[in-house]
Amino acid sequence: MLVLALDTSSPTVTVAVCDVAGGDVRLLAERNETADNRHGERLAPLITASLREAGVVPRQLGTLVVGLGPAPFTGLRVGIVTARAMSDALGIAAYGVCSLDGIAHRIAIGDGPFAVVTDARRKQVYWALYGETGHRIDGPELAPPAVLAEELRSRTTDVVGAGALKYPESFAGFTVRQGDPSPRAVDLVWCNDFAAPPGDLAPMYLRRPDAQPPGRPKAVTPS
Amino acid sequence: MTAPVVLGIETSCDETGVGIVRGGELLADALASSVEEQARFGGVVPEVASRAHLEAMVPTVTRALDEAGLRLADVDAIAVTAGPGLAGALLVGVAAAKAYALSAGKPIYGVNHLAAHVAVDRLANGDLPEECVALLVSGGHSSLLLVRGLVDNLTPLGATVDDAAGEAFDKVARVLGLPFPGGPHIDRAARDGDAGAIDFPRGVVRDAPYSFTFSGLKTAVARWIEAKQRAGEQVPVADVAASFQEAVADVLTARAVAACKAHDVGTLVIGGGVAANSRLRAMAADRCEAAGIALRTPPPKLCTDNGAMVAALGALLVERGVEPSQLDFPADSAMALI
Ligand SMILES: [Zn+2]
Repeated sequence: MLVLALDTSSPTVTVAVCDVAGGDVRLLAERNETADNRHGERLAPLITASLREAGVVPRQLGTLVVGLGPAPFTGLRVGIVTARAMSDALGIAAYGVCSLDGIAHRIAIGDGPFAVVTDARRKQVYWALYGETGHRIDGPELAPPAVLAEELRSRTTDVVGAGALKYPESFAGFTVRQGDPSPRAVDLVWCNDFAAPPGDLAPMYLRRPDAQPPGRPKAVTPS
Repeated sequence: MTAPVVLGIETSCDETGVGIVRGGELLADALASSVEEQARFGGVVPEVASRAHLEAMVPTVTRALDEAGLRLADVDAIAVTAGPGLAGALLVGVAAAKAYALSAGKPIYGVNHLAAHVAVDRLANGDLPEECVALLVSGGHSSLLLVRGLVDNLTPLGATVDDAAGEAFDKVARVLGLPFPGGPHIDRAARDGDAGAIDFPRGVVRDAPYSFTFSGLKTAVARWIEAKQRAGEQVPVADVAASFQEAVADVLTARAVAACKAHDVGTLVIGGGVAANSRLRAMAADRCEAAGIALRTPPPKLCTDNGAMVAALGALLVERGVEPSQLDFPADSAMALI
């Protein structure tokens, strides 16, 4: 079965075309490009480029896989709405995968447990905890780095991700893996359970829009 | 060539709109609005709008195709608002449009929201003349445009330098204790009021004869109401609404007609949510008639943001043989005219 996977939850726009058979994933083509805030510009051309390289036309695709975040970028929605629209247009299933699972799969720290900690901005981090087999056993959640470090201390000594690198004082005493691994679309394919029914592709915002209902109008006349 | 079938997607503010046209004929106009969620906040919150667009996108496309009795394969091209508008909101529509286009192998056109507000009139009132002046007034924009060619020659003559006209309606509604969005509520309240009761200021922008300023007017209304309240008097809501509305309609129509005369253009097109205002429509009709200018106003449903307007402009681009956009075009929140 031909699978198109994509993720826009990090500064990297990542696309993969894979052939999935049984438990095996054969990567046919991929594109990983740092896009900063240009997810909406880069994703569609990277999809067409990887499909072309794989020799696949869209209607041959059997399934889609998309990273659901968590992420603080408006770019997160680019990947998700793309997967939803392609699923609708092609009449195929679309699976959503926690993007932190993709990072966990990619870095695959030998002996778990380990935590993936990414930057959520506004002095917070997203995190998830993975057990010895590399499967997620807690999270994803949002937390201030110091609070998270306290909570993790009894559960693991290994952390990885931009969130841990950004707050070294909070993660003193942990083994912080260097480098900032972004999720790769092909890792999401490895993480996905194609036997399960596809979900509803809900983005993992983990945060409410910070808008306040207005109070009474302020007086304009000085009193 | 038969008229092209175009599906248009609009997500520049708080309405998720998907429309389908065949040339100048409207086939479907599906809309999902987050205005009720926004009402809680007294205005459009970008993150709330973006989230709502994501949820509404595919269902609204489905509804539009059902309404038109078409499948995606029957569509000749896809058009989408690329700007101007709220960055995060635009991004959802642009990404969705690209995904539909690349999945179905259709050409895509990233179009200008303001040009689409003008083009929509062809769906209601037939082919537009190549030359016109457009007055576009909504909660997000207040612009006078000189149109010398609908697909490739639009020049801004003036715009608001502070609040959009629709924003002024929202803010005045708030001080009057009327709900959001303010436009329809003020229009309704004004029916029982005296438009000449209070002489609110008509703001002028120095050296910009076709620009608008509404912040002084908004403040004047608030001051007037506060003075009444301080004196322990009842606020005559209907009179305030009518007098405020009169001031807005006056400056908008006076400058629009002046722009037509100055540029020797015989047609005025009015669009945007505020174009649904009954006083603005009536005053524009009177003043255009007196000046010998043909006035074109789409019905209110097509004046507010919708997908049909994007499709209407997209069809025009296809008809004129304009090259489609490349798949990497950006959502451009500050998109300039052409
Ligand atoms: Zn508009």
